[in-house]
Amino acid sequence: MSSYSQPARRRHLGDKRLIQMFIIPTVLLLILMNVFPLIYSLYLSFTEYSAINPTPPQWVGLDNYKKVLSDNLYWHNFAVTGRYALISVSLQMIVGFSLAMLLKEKFKGSGLLTTLILVPMMLSPAVVGAFWKNIFNPSFGIFDQFLGYSDPNTAPQWLGDPDLALWAVVIVDVWMWSPFVMLLSLAGLSAIPDYLYEAAAIDRASAWFQFRRITLPQVMPLLLIAVLFRTIEAFKQFDLVMGLTGGGPSLLQGTQAVNVTETVSVKLFRLAMPPQAQTGLSSAMAYVVLVIIIAISNLYIRALNKVREG
Amino acid sequence: MATIELINVEKKFGPSYAVKPMNMTIHSGEFVVLLGPSGCGKTTTLRMISGLEAVTDGQILFDGKDVTWLHPSDRDIAFVFQFFALYSHMTARENIAFPLQAQGEPRDSIRKRVEEVVKMLRIEHLMNARPGGLSGGDQQRVALARALVRRPAAFLMDEPLGALDAEFRESMRAEIKRLHIEQNATTVYVTHDQIEAMAMGDRVVVMSAAVVQQNGTPAEVYHDPANLFVAKFIGSPGMNLIQGHYADGKVALPGENRYTVPADWHNAIHEAIGRDGDIILGFRPEAAHISASGPIATTVYTTDLHGSYTMLHLELNRDTIVDIRAGRGTNYPIGTPARFDLDPAMVRFFDPKTEAAIHKGGNP
Repeated sequence: MSSYSQPARRRHLGDKRLIQMFIIPTVLLLILMNVFPLIYSLYLSFTEYSAINPTPPQWVGLDNYKKVLSDNLYWHNFAVTGRYALISVSLQMIVGFSLAMLLKEKFKGSGLLTTLILVPMMLSPAVVGAFWKNIFNPSFGIFDQFLGYSDPNTAPQWLGDPDLALWAVVIVDVWMWSPFVMLLSLAGLSAIPDYLYEAAAIDRASAWFQFRRITLPQVMPLLLIAVLFRTIEAFKQFDLVMGLTGGGPSLLQGTQAVNVTETVSVKLFRLAMPPQAQTGLSSAMAYVVLVIIIAISNLYIRALNKVREG
Repeated sequence: MATIELINVEKKFGPSYAVKPMNMTIHSGEFVVLLGPSGCGKTTTLRMISGLEAVTDGQILFDGKDVTWLHPSDRDIAFVFQFFALYSHMTARENIAFPLQAQGEPRDSIRKRVEEVVKMLRIEHLMNARPGGLSGGDQQRVALARALVRRPAAFLMDEPLGALDAEFRESMRAEIKRLHIEQNATTVYVTHDQIEAMAMGDRVVVMSAAVVQQNGTPAEVYHDPANLFVAKFIGSPGMNLIQGHYADGKVALPGENRYTVPADWHNAIHEAIGRDGDIILGFRPEAAHISASGPIATTVYTTDLHGSYTMLHLELNRDTIVDIRAGRGTNYPIGTPARFDLDPAMVRFFDPKTEAAIHKGGNP
């Protein structure tokens, strides 16, 4: 009897129940960890609230958004982030795509070289920040020595000079993430069938004409994906800055002192964490960043679709 | 239009030959088909003519000028690929204009020339589509237009109909033939389809195992195959080839049959294999006719109706079955005896040792 009932009971566990068993925990976790905080922070962004303060959130309407969008202090952070994203992503695209063009043709050791170039991408940004902090050090870092400065007193202070600090972060980001662009570009380049180049040779197209009319349009979808990924990452830039400069150095702009490498994420972190702990204000700022990122992503995705359909 | 000459052209991959040293002249305006089974070296030969593949030895001349080491773009040729090789990110119009734009021609003359070619191929309605949205036949039409637009000295076509459905293939075959007649362009056309080769070529070059087996008009390769391979490869079904033994003007065939060799063949056969020796008798299915007084006795193995005619498969003995074309009218039940005779003008003989044809007018 029991030998019958055992499989019978198992059969009662129908497809529907099985599906529920797999999906419900995931959905619950998602709601708990993602959806609830998202909605709750949206609510908080309209309130005056500090997470370390026992006072409950007080509704202030759009005050937080007004502050974030009109105060020069916050505009400075958006400007830094925008400038940083533009320069850094552009350079990564140029360096990464050039490397891909060089590594497109297989030669002896090209596999090893490709792997080596990918190494920076695999490191933790915190580690990269710590390393480069030493590399940029004017007295014992090798960066200035490579540039030919032997006297630490006259060598550029990459992390201390307000004119150079953002560039220093850009250099490290380009070093770390150009390989990613290279990887995507390589995938795109190797997906271009050889017969297109054969046809182009028959059609008497010059190398430049082939590059412009075949190579570039064929890899464009992947290049745009690389731009999209890198732009979103750049707008979220946090760990490298924290590791390298902590947002500094500061510079007097008019009457206000501003931190020249303080990206929006760094600023957010400062606002949200103690001692400031301005939870309501930082939530509003986070939502502004979210909207900007969604807007930019949409533009790119639209461009991507256009390239795909032509 | 160019005359193309191949002088001892060969291609080796490592120690093995893809194409053994070959000589061939393609005259200006001629339509030459390279025909052979896959892997016989016909596509490699075409790619060497185009410059997409380098020769390992030999010389290629266009109008007497040595182009052996010229880049494809310096040879003034057009190449039509089996899988079209259209630029997938461009519209049909942009594809067709590409060769002209690559040469930096002025916009107006490009537009005019593209219009001309498009009208000639009747593909006006496809102009704004991308290759991905076109049928195979339409893609190949666009590829043909791209090849035509520059007025090249020669067209090289690598199985251009190979990737198309049967229904497209027939109409495209006619289109390409018509184009060739209108343009009178030197054309080298690769195919493995012997019907296509016979239908299109002014001349057919049959290749097998990296070697040219025969170079002749379609009628020549059909009626006077140079060797057993060509005899078997051309025609569907191929030539009937029966092992026999020749002596005293007669061939002993399987099933205790004896065929009296037409007198005008005696000298050639004696010269090739002697007065007594093994021989292969060859004849096309349409060279035989059923006749009660015919010298060769068989039994009916099977028959298939082909619409306008019946193909009889007749058994001389267990190992020897021949294909014979017969009228539609008569019924031939399986297993009944049938005798046939051969048209003396249409029998051929081969030397089983060399596999070469025996030539009536003396062997070269």
